[in-house]
Amino acid sequence: MLEVQHISIDYGICAVVQNVSFWLRAGEIVALLGANGAGKTTLLKSLNGGLPTAQGRILLNGKDLNSYSRREIAQKIAVIAQENETKFPVTVLEFVLSGRFAHGTAFGWETTGDLQIALDCLQLCDLAGFESRLMNHLSGGERQRAVLSRALATEAEILLLDEPTANLDLAHQAMMFRLINERCKNRHSSAIVITHDLNLASAFADEILLLKAGKILAKGEPREVLTGENLQTVFGVKVLLDENPVSKKRRVTTIY
Amino acid sequence: MTADKIKKNKKFSAFLSLGVILFLSLLLTIFIASLLGSEKLSFFELNESQRAILFDIRLPRILVGACVGASLAVAGASLQSLLRNPLAEPYLLGVSNGAALGTMLAFAFFAQIEFARPIMAFAGASLATFAVYQMAKSRAGMNTERLVLSGVIVTTFLSSIIVLLTSLLDAAKLRSFTFWLLGDLSQATKNGFYLTLLVAALGTIILSSQAKALNLMMTGERDAFDFGVEVKKTRLIVFGTASALVGISVAASGSVGYVGLIVPHLVRLAIGSDNRLVVPFSAIVGAIFVVLADTIARTAIAPRELPVGAITALVGAPLFIYLLRRN
Repeated sequence: MLEVQHISIDYGICAVVQNVSFWLRAGEIVALLGANGAGKTTLLKSLNGGLPTAQGRILLNGKDLNSYSRREIAQKIAVIAQENETKFPVTVLEFVLSGRFAHGTAFGWETTGDLQIALDCLQLCDLAGFESRLMNHLSGGERQRAVLSRALATEAEILLLDEPTANLDLAHQAMMFRLINERCKNRHSSAIVITHDLNLASAFADEILLLKAGKILAKGEPREVLTGENLQTVFGVKVLLDENPVSKKRRVTTIY
Repeated sequence: MTADKIKKNKKFSAFLSLGVILFLSLLLTIFIASLLGSEKLSFFELNESQRAILFDIRLPRILVGACVGASLAVAGASLQSLLRNPLAEPYLLGVSNGAALGTMLAFAFFAQIEFARPIMAFAGASLATFAVYQMAKSRAGMNTERLVLSGVIVTTFLSSIIVLLTSLLDAAKLRSFTFWLLGDLSQATKNGFYLTLLVAALGTIILSSQAKALNLMMTGERDAFDFGVEVKKTRLIVFGTASALVGISVAASGSVGYVGLIVPHLVRLAIGSDNRLVVPFSAIVGAIFVVLADTIARTAIAPRELPVGAITALVGAPLFIYLLRRN
């Protein structure tokens, strides 16, 4: 669905992302890992046209990303960004409904269909009954789930998520990844997730991209990428690697 | 029809009837205001001179006041959403002062050209808006303090130029100008009314068309972009239209402050933040507010008059402090 060909991105003279290429196939979850400042967020921003690429190109369903209009891209790619705060009294339902922007007309009101989609997404994110609460009265984790609801409400086939579990408790972290996983498998959508939780990445990702200083250090299945050597290179820490006894996926434990 | 659709329609019709009630209140306010003043008029019997007072002096003034109120409130509501800041207001951002300077320059140099004042006011408002926006934004985004400070800088800078210009005018003109700077509707004419009505109506329609995009802009430009808003285009339309609305208001009545702060705030308290409602409702409530304020200005110490801007500031400044503290 999304094909990234040799892209480089720079802020002025400083190159942040260099010569990155990968494929995102339908139904797949790709995790983007790397130390702080490795260029993860910058790379993610460029994938929906939010940042111009200095070199290379991005193909969405085989066509150059730049040939789509803003609205068309928003119908196909939804983003969950890191920060989100408003000083206005916006209700949770209004907030989630605003995710339907790209599907409506400029003047128009949301249709019954839009409303139904919004309510379903709230239900999925464990926010049923929150419709008339105000966004700025929610806790960090509740707001994060409202942000996810809004992204799901776009019904976009590609989700770009920047640390979606940052404010979430253990139960809701699992909920969020299960939700993303189900959506990708059932609807043939796909997702690119930035996370610092190596074990979540190992459990849910089909492919991991490990970034170091803007370049891809390793990519492939979690078991291939999450090696002691790679993690030592990127994070500078020693790790213990074994197998999760239930999921049989690779488990990473830091040695302090 | 599903239950949801009925519920949705009910909500919509409730807002529609609220709109109709507000509009009728506006007409009633205009009617009552036209009877009050230093010369009290009865609706049923009017002699020749009273007729002249009503139709040539008082009504144009009230109607221009209504248009000015609507323009300023709509401009305030949209600027607040665009800049993600409930404290943004044309007067506080220096946009009004930009328009005032433009008007003064037109008055001083192009007095014989009919539409020089509104055009120069629009140009001044646009330049001031652009300057404040450029100063307030940084790589990290735009916070309240930066925006308010930039507004103060632009306002005081423009004020000093205005003071410099007024000191070059002769004494009689000077008095009328200082009065006008505080917001003064006494110069309103019928032609002025047609022009302000045209701009106020067009401006409200254009900004209402951006309401859905503004709803997303309220939560961040980045967000709006991700969800399909053409951010640059929306910003240009809103800045341009708001400048035209402020420009026409200032050309008609000087700088009436705080309308763009008080009115959208009240509207949001009553009906929430959806700009598809906030923008048109602010227009009606803004019109009512300025007509009421001007009626007080005309009658409080009759036969002398107060500038209407003094009345609106009396209400607005405490509210500004309250909002700033709550932020």
